[in-house]
Amino acid sequence: MTLDLDLLPDGGVPWLDASGPEGLVVLSTRIRLARNLRDTPFPPRASDAERAQARDLVVAAVQATADLASGVTIRIDELTRLERQLLHERHLISRDLAGLSAGGTVRSGAALVSAGATGAMINEEDHLRLQVVKSGFAPGAAYADLERTDRELGARIPFAFHDEFGYLTSCPTNAGTGLRASVLIHLPGLVLTKEIAKVLQGLTQVGLTFRGLYGEGSEVVGNLFQLSNQTTLGKSEEELLDHLGKIVRQVIDYERQAREVLLRNAPTVIADKVWRAYGLLRHARSLSFEETMNLLSGVRLGVGLNLIGDVGVYTLNKLLVFTQPAHVARQAARTLTDPDLPAIRADFVRQLFDDDARRKPRDGSATAEG
Amino acid sequence: MQCQRCGERPAVIHLTQIVDNTHTEQHLCEACAAQQGIQTEASLAKFPVGDLLAGLDKGAAAQLPTTETSGRCPDCGATLQDFRETGRLGCGRCYETFESPLRTLLRRLHGASRHIGEPYVSPADAGKVPAHAGGGAGGDLPGLREQLQRAIESENFELAARLRDEIRERE
Ligand SMILES: [Zn+2]
Ligand SMILES: [Zn+2]
Repeated sequence: MTLDLDLLPDGGVPWLDASGPEGLVVLSTRIRLARNLRDTPFPPRASDAERAQARDLVVAAVQATADLASGVTIRIDELTRLERQLLHERHLISRDLAGLSAGGTVRSGAALVSAGATGAMINEEDHLRLQVVKSGFAPGAAYADLERTDRELGARIPFAFHDEFGYLTSCPTNAGTGLRASVLIHLPGLVLTKEIAKVLQGLTQVGLTFRGLYGEGSEVVGNLFQLSNQTTLGKSEEELLDHLGKIVRQVIDYERQAREVLLRNAPTVIADKVWRAYGLLRHARSLSFEETMNLLSGVRLGVGLNLIGDVGVYTLNKLLVFTQPAHVARQAARTLTDPDLPAIRADFVRQLFDDDARRKPRDGSATAEG
Repeated sequence: MQCQRCGERPAVIHLTQIVDNTHTEQHLCEACAAQQGIQTEASLAKFPVGDLLAGLDKGAAAQLPTTETSGRCPDCGATLQDFRETGRLGCGRCYETFESPLRTLLRRLHGASRHIGEPYVSPADAGKVPAHAGGGAGGDLPGLREQLQRAIESENFELAARLRDEIRERE
């Protein structure tokens, strides 16, 4: 089986269009529900045959829901490592499902049904991880879609549910609602003003956790943080989302204030920083992934501060996804260890900026500044 | 890359921190990260579970019926020892088999053990009246009494007290 991501609606990443609320600071809102079949061992304990059976049952039910009927079904256990990493880089599957966790291998029966914004991971550590991703800060809209599909599914296949403990999950940290909402947020202002440690520490005190771009245990790159609820039991779905929403709004406010402080106290330093980042991305001939992420953060800040006017957020989001290692390697038909990847990445970045400039021709005066 | 702290295990947790105006990078193995109090989903899952159950096995084990500490889940065959090692339950039935230690654990992890979110009625039970309908708020009196009975049987006195209050209010 060869993976063709072009088959996925919007490449599986419709949130790249930055059309959602607070799109300049919040890249995406993702909510997932963990569900298990009632009478089948959870995937880590199930046999190959039980997992295959669970997959067939869940895939059939998922394909019959309104939102996933048009979805593409992919057998993860039949993909190469590069292809699995590609799906992980698009945030369509978790590191666990991709078999990329430390010492982990891909689990037999692992599958994905993706219709772009809505997706179902099958045989992750739970039989079903249903998720919806929206552009910008949109927990309400994301949960409305998610709840609808969850109800449809729950009426078709029996979920493991306990009167007291709620939805039962492989790991007790997910039991109850099975709901984990996470917001991918760009906080360069708080990092530059050195307020970030305080803010992150505050988050953990109010029941939120933070991670890097790639989920648990991952490094913070490009000033991008994923904020999510830590507990899943003892509060209703609405309470969990409400609480997360309130805190994220506060973080967005702090970030705004930090940016104002930067502009007020060090306007030249900031302008120089963002234009240098832009200059490097436009002209460098070799870029590592990490450097690219950090430069993109600078340009995104410049766009947010209205310092850089001729770059679209859509282009920045696209670069964020398509400059990742597996994406660059795949596009150039190279391996992940190919020494030419940084050069190929730099070519791709210049190309995309050029396309962006061509697509949106401006009146001559607007580009004079650049 | 090796863990910066112990130098033995591979670093799996990479942290970029900004503390007192200095940017530091930490590369730690899972065990050292946990010791440093850095929470990851994995550490959250494994360590409290391990500690708690280890504790239960020794001091508090007397509170558990022996079938619960040494028993196997009748559906999947998992034991508490399996759970202690992997941090993962074997199946839905495990939650009933190991109900009492899990309740304690869930309270520790979530601050509560009672689901008050969306109730669920499986397709097979769709015709019947749900025994539980979201946090007791929607439960009927016979349902509440039944829950009370179960709470007392499982020595969940906190829940029992709450249910008793709720029943009194409705009577
Ligand atoms: Zn270590
Ligand atoms: Zn079991």
